[in-house]
Amino acid sequence: MSTQSTRLAARFMVAPSVIVLFIWMIVPLAMTAYFSFRLYRLLSPDRSGWVGFNNYVWFFNSPDFWLALTNTLLLVGGVLIITVILGVLIALLLDQPVKGQGVLRILVIAPFFVMPPVAASIWENLFMHPQNGLFAAIARGFGAQPILFLESYPMPSVIAIVAWEWLPFATLILLTAMQSLSSEQLEAAEMDGASALSRFRYIILPHLTRAITVVILIQTIFLLGIFGEIYTTTQGGPGSASTTLPYMIFKQAIVAKDIGRAAAGGIIAVILANIVAYFLMRSIGKHLDA
Amino acid sequence: MGQITLKSVRKSFGEVDVIPSIDLAIDDGEFVVFVGPSGCGKSTLLRLIAGLEDTTSGTIEIDGKDATALPPAKRGLAMVFQSYALYPHMTVKKNIGFPLKMAGMDPAEAEKRIQRAASVLNLTNYLERKPGQLSGGQRQRVAIGRAIVREPAAFLFDEPLSNLDAALRVGMRQEISELHQSLKTTMIYVTHDQVEAMTMADKIVVLNAGRIEQVGSPLTLYHTPKNIFVAGFIGSPRMNLIEGPEAAKHNAHTIGIRPEHITVGDGPWEGVVGLSEHLGSDSFIKVDVPGLGIINVRGAGELNVHHGDRIKLAPAGKIHRFDANGMAMA
Amino acid sequence: MARAASPRRRLLTTLAAWFVALLIFFPVLWMILTSFKTEASAVASPPELLGASWTLENYVEVWSRSDYPRFFWNSVVISVGSTLLGLAIAIPSAWAMAFVPGKRTKDLLMWMLSTKMMPAVAVMIPIYLLFQQLGLFDTKIGLILALMLMNLPIIIWMLYTYFKEIPGEILEAARMDGAGMWSEIAYVLTPMALPGIASTMLLNIILAWNEAFWTIVLTTTKAAPLSAFIASFSAPQGLFYAKLSAASAMAIMPILILGWFSQKQLVRGLTFGAVK
Ligand SMILES: Nc1ncnc2c1ncn2[C@@H]1O[C@H](COP(=O)(O)OP(=O)(O)OP(=O)(O)O)[C@@H](O)[C@H]1O
Ligand SMILES: [Mg+2]
Repeated sequence: MSTQSTRLAARFMVAPSVIVLFIWMIVPLAMTAYFSFRLYRLLSPDRSGWVGFNNYVWFFNSPDFWLALTNTLLLVGGVLIITVILGVLIALLLDQPVKGQGVLRILVIAPFFVMPPVAASIWENLFMHPQNGLFAAIARGFGAQPILFLESYPMPSVIAIVAWEWLPFATLILLTAMQSLSSEQLEAAEMDGASALSRFRYIILPHLTRAITVVILIQTIFLLGIFGEIYTTTQGGPGSASTTLPYMIFKQAIVAKDIGRAAAGGIIAVILANIVAYFLMRSIGKHLDA
Repeated sequence: MGQITLKSVRKSFGEVDVIPSIDLAIDDGEFVVFVGPSGCGKSTLLRLIAGLEDTTSGTIEIDGKDATALPPAKRGLAMVFQSYALYPHMTVKKNIGFPLKMAGMDPAEAEKRIQRAASVLNLTNYLERKPGQLSGGQRQRVAIGRAIVREPAAFLFDEPLSNLDAALRVGMRQEISELHQSLKTTMIYVTHDQVEAMTMADKIVVLNAGRIEQVGSPLTLYHTPKNIFVAGFIGSPRMNLIEGPEAAKHNAHTIGIRPEHITVGDGPWEGVVGLSEHLGSDSFIKVDVPGLGIINVRGAGELNVHHGDRIKLAPAGKIHRFDANGMAMA
Repeated sequence: MARAASPRRRLLTTLAAWFVALLIFFPVLWMILTSFKTEASAVASPPELLGASWTLENYVEVWSRSDYPRFFWNSVVISVGSTLLGLAIAIPSAWAMAFVPGKRTKDLLMWMLSTKMMPAVAVMIPIYLLFQQLGLFDTKIGLILALMLMNLPIIIWMLYTYFKEIPGEILEAARMDGAGMWSEIAYVLTPMALPGIASTMLLNIILAWNEAFWTIVLTTTKAAPLSAFIASFSAPQGLFYAKLSAASAMAIMPILILGWFSQKQLVRGLTFGAVK
């Protein structure tokens, strides 16, 4: 399959996507890196110049930074854990012989089609709102105080919203993977006397490894940059309680109008993302080779 | 025309020399079979001829013209793959017609050729089906049909029958032989199967670790193998190879006797029967002879011996003699 | 697993499955219901369902007060355009990586994916400035480019996994049959990978339609698609729930319907080669 001419042709065919992606990545990154060493405030345009690592130092000294870092990891980790566990359970349920498979699938997949600002605003206004939300109405129905979700539990609320958006994705991949498991394997295990639980543990779960790996990879890619949901709901608050790294950078750029600091934050975020990517890709690459 | 000549052809994948250097001449109209153990480079050699791989060095000539650098399409060869490699989204007719379409042939002429190929291969009733709706044998015929419509200079087959069941394999083997007789086109055929090699070939090329061990007609290889490797590889069950004092009696390092050249009854060798297989037409027995090791014997008809019997054997045919380097001695 | 379960167990699992599915779907359903209520009914406590007063007023109002058709058209052009452009660049690349893999192909693929891990916010300012400079700001072309680049790694990866499933021997057969590289791609590879290409296309249209960061950052009015429209809608305080719901419904409905109709292909595409 590999003569020299096909090899050469292959190079030419890969080139366009490599080049455009490289430009798309490197040019903004270089500019960000440049800004990150500059004093660059939109509110005082006359003052500018090199400031060395000042912008970075500011970031590392800011208590918000460590909070934002923790929040980012919480968000990614929390959503991954929720969607994978619930996804496996729901997929197990839908894999049973139930009536109306087709319609069930349509219902389950729906949140995936909802754009993030809409998803966030549905939850914020129609469900979590302390006066008019459905949860508040339910609480009042039981004679309880409405819970102030976004004020008292901002991170868990955001995690719940994002998990709702991504649950269909995880569920459907896992369901498809489960359906590709041959029933002969399960029957053989049953003949060997394996209980339902050990069939799950020793046959179904290993069969799902690859699917779970892909779920984690794809979701992490998207979750690391989550922004819209926070912007629409908590605006990173109260205080900085639900500020993630992307949101903190956004605040520096748009609210404080300090491009230099925002750029430094951007570089930190990129380095962080690359660390995550490195470990993720390494483990994923192994699984995908098969 | 389909004359193919390989001159000092070498192929390496990175560090590994899969084919160190091969010289081979294939005459027009010849049926050449490549045999050899798994991984010895049969497919690689075929693909080099096809142009699907580049040679590392050396030249490949087709009909006297240097084809080493030509892309596969320009070499005028057709290939039948082990997996058939049919286009699943095209009907049988489109599959067979694809090479003609690529060659830009006039549709009416193409249609004629397709019909002719279909009738030769008994596919006329299946022309509108997709490959998924065909049996293994029918798919194989479509793959052959796709090869013959182009009227290539030579056909290349890479283990084309290995996915078929035994009965079908015999049928297809005969069809390919008949095809060769009627088309008289050069065919190069890779196989693992002894019977295919012996029955179909004009010329067998025995390969081992990327080297040619011997080239010759089936019976030449059977009767006068050049070395121990060929002696052991051609013929089934394997030739008995005996070393030590028994070989020394014949002034050789090793002697070889084919299982069918040993008789049961009286003789110099005595041993105990281990495995015995009775097919009715033939009997295969393994006899443990002290000093010689396990000796394979093949007898025509029923040899009335069984596991545990103590019997005597006698060599009754050609004894092949080999020197310490494994080469045949005159 | 088509095994005979007892009727009782079957009923129980069916009930459980429906309960879970409805629970997941409920927020969308509630939003749609709210969009047909009057404002008073939408915020009534306890929530009204049967006794609610229903109306189409919200849709009429949103339609007349905003420029919905333009946003809708922008969304269509941008999501379809970026997907087609992406496919045009990605198909040859994925072909090359799947069928002429080199030593570093896997790394290349992983690198492409890793570009997607870069938080968009981190490069927001430079891209904003660049788009201003290049005259791409608030243009459909600009957004098509941005979203194409954003989703390109995903497109390539999905296509790569589909192409990998096609046996290399078939392409070699095509080459023996005299097909050049482009005929090979056009007559053999693309038709065989068509289901995969279709689901890749669908997923990317959806991702592009729902993209709400670059669309907000890189547009003001002219090229703004529905995702930017809805963000502007939810910004002012005191906007009423029913109208917000109606606007939201109008923003997600086209893609929801498309997604529902094509969910079979989509689900197949979503697996990213996770299922063999
Ligand atoms: N693309 C490749 N890259 C590296 N090594 C290869 C490649 N193709 C084949 N090889 C190696 O070359 C050797 C010969 O392979 P080839 O496929 O020609 O064997 P073969 O004789 O056809 O075997 P079989 O009878 O099992 O089909 C093998 O050791 C194989 O591992
Ligand atoms: Mg082979």
